[in-house]
Amino acid sequence: MIRHILRAYPTLLRVGLAELIAYRTEFLIWIFTTTMPFVNMALWTAVAADGPVGRFGAREFVTYFLGTFVTRIITGSWVVWELTMDIRQGALGARLLRPLHPLISYSAQHLAAVPLRALIVTPLLFLLSWLLGQHLNFTDPARLAILFAAFAGAWWLFFFTMVIIGTLALFVDSALSIFDLWLGIHSILSGYLVPLELMPPWVARIAQHLPFRYIMGYPVETLVGLNDIHSALIDLGIQWLYVAGFGLAALSLWRLGIKRFAAFGG
Amino acid sequence: MMALPRYLNILRAQMRISATTAMQYRFDFVLKGILALFWLAVSLVPLLVVFSRRPMLAGWTFPESLVVLGWFSLLKSILDGGVTPSLTSVVEGVRSGAFDFVLLKPADSQFLVSTARFDPWRILDLLGAVAIIVYAFGRLGRAPAPLHILIALALLFVSIAILYSFWILVVCASFWAVRVDNLTYLFGSLFDVGRWPVDVFRSAVLRVIFTAVFPIALMTTYPARALLGSLTTQTLGAVFLGGALIIASSRLVWLRAIRAYTSASS
Repeated sequence: MIRHILRAYPTLLRVGLAELIAYRTEFLIWIFTTTMPFVNMALWTAVAADGPVGRFGAREFVTYFLGTFVTRIITGSWVVWELTMDIRQGALGARLLRPLHPLISYSAQHLAAVPLRALIVTPLLFLLSWLLGQHLNFTDPARLAILFAAFAGAWWLFFFTMVIIGTLALFVDSALSIFDLWLGIHSILSGYLVPLELMPPWVARIAQHLPFRYIMGYPVETLVGLNDIHSALIDLGIQWLYVAGFGLAALSLWRLGIKRFAAFGG
Repeated sequence: MMALPRYLNILRAQMRISATTAMQYRFDFVLKGILALFWLAVSLVPLLVVFSRRPMLAGWTFPESLVVLGWFSLLKSILDGGVTPSLTSVVEGVRSGAFDFVLLKPADSQFLVSTARFDPWRILDLLGAVAIIVYAFGRLGRAPAPLHILIALALLFVSIAILYSFWILVVCASFWAVRVDNLTYLFGSLFDVGRWPVDVFRSAVLRVIFTAVFPIALMTTYPARALLGSLTTQTLGAVFLGGALIIASSRLVWLRAIRAYTSASS
């Protein structure tokens, strides 16, 4: 089974990349629609003009929100829309006929976009490292390794969250509304709109333990050097525990729901 | 002017159809209404966090910024309820070819496509926005002068007309380049800039862009200033002149574009 998947995966990745290149303009426009980090950057640098907020001065805000943009672009995917559409329109049937778990082909299709996404944000990464200057040693191999693992973890956590919500479309009609709700909560509790440490302490404390932060706030903090190596490592462990938990949940929910899909068609 | 009663009749019929359609999805109506109010609350979070740290933001106090945010939400609810649904369906129609049937009808095509669909549940959103503005004036401890309300409403009218004209231009673009639906997302994400007073943008270039090129400042900051009683009459004159120009040119572009339209199948 595993060997089977390993053999199919590179091909699936190539197909995913080809699809992406076919729709390159769309892909670029999607990336340009991510303006929220920059709007927030403008807001907070205006605030910091009268003096720093906590340990955030103008420069910290600029790097933080550049970091949220980079993280959003690299770790983002759109599987929830694809999954709900496939379920509603019945295209899932074709995927089920293939001798491969649909979640695996979905994951390959979306993973294929990651190198291109990373390529697009590379100029911003150079800008970031220049802005951070001596504050952060980008070449420290330990931090680089943790950062890489944190991005990977964030990608999978986001992917599994989307799969879980998308699979709900097999049970209820309003899966996309649930995702909308999730996005709203996520934007507050993940550190996407506001760095978590600037939130009221009790919110920050709760958010520290919820999965949202491990999709956005934690990779950003690691990228712009707001945390030390020690706590970054502990958070990495928690993040991957969440990934494992969400992955299991996604698979079991899928198994439960897919029986209902048969009932739709039959 | 003989045509006016006829067009009012058409408008009434189109609105009735939209309302009946919406009534078929009662659960959806409630769900979307709740989601709209939820997003309104989410949009308040950055503002609350900023003002928990600072008494002033770029010369604006908390209640004054709330007026801007409230006005932004008001405008957005009208746009999303009355303008966007119709015009997204034209873009779809151009792609599928259904737009041809609109052209065959014995009424002005721009009028027909612009009134094709309304989203009545946006009313809840609108009420939420009004509540925010009322609350803000409660905090200020005064009510806006009747004249100032009139000016703000006039500005609202001009803003909607401008946004509508932009939309018409996007639709015209779809006659040539069929896939423009993500252009609409780009539009939406640029619109988000209007949440905060334009003075937040410290770079003069950005301020000019958001006032003259993509006049989002004119749509939210200026009406808020008008309500607060700090808008000069000269600015008002310039706004009306600029608005009239944009509206006239979009009508001209539509008339030219419709002549160049070739159906999806030809």
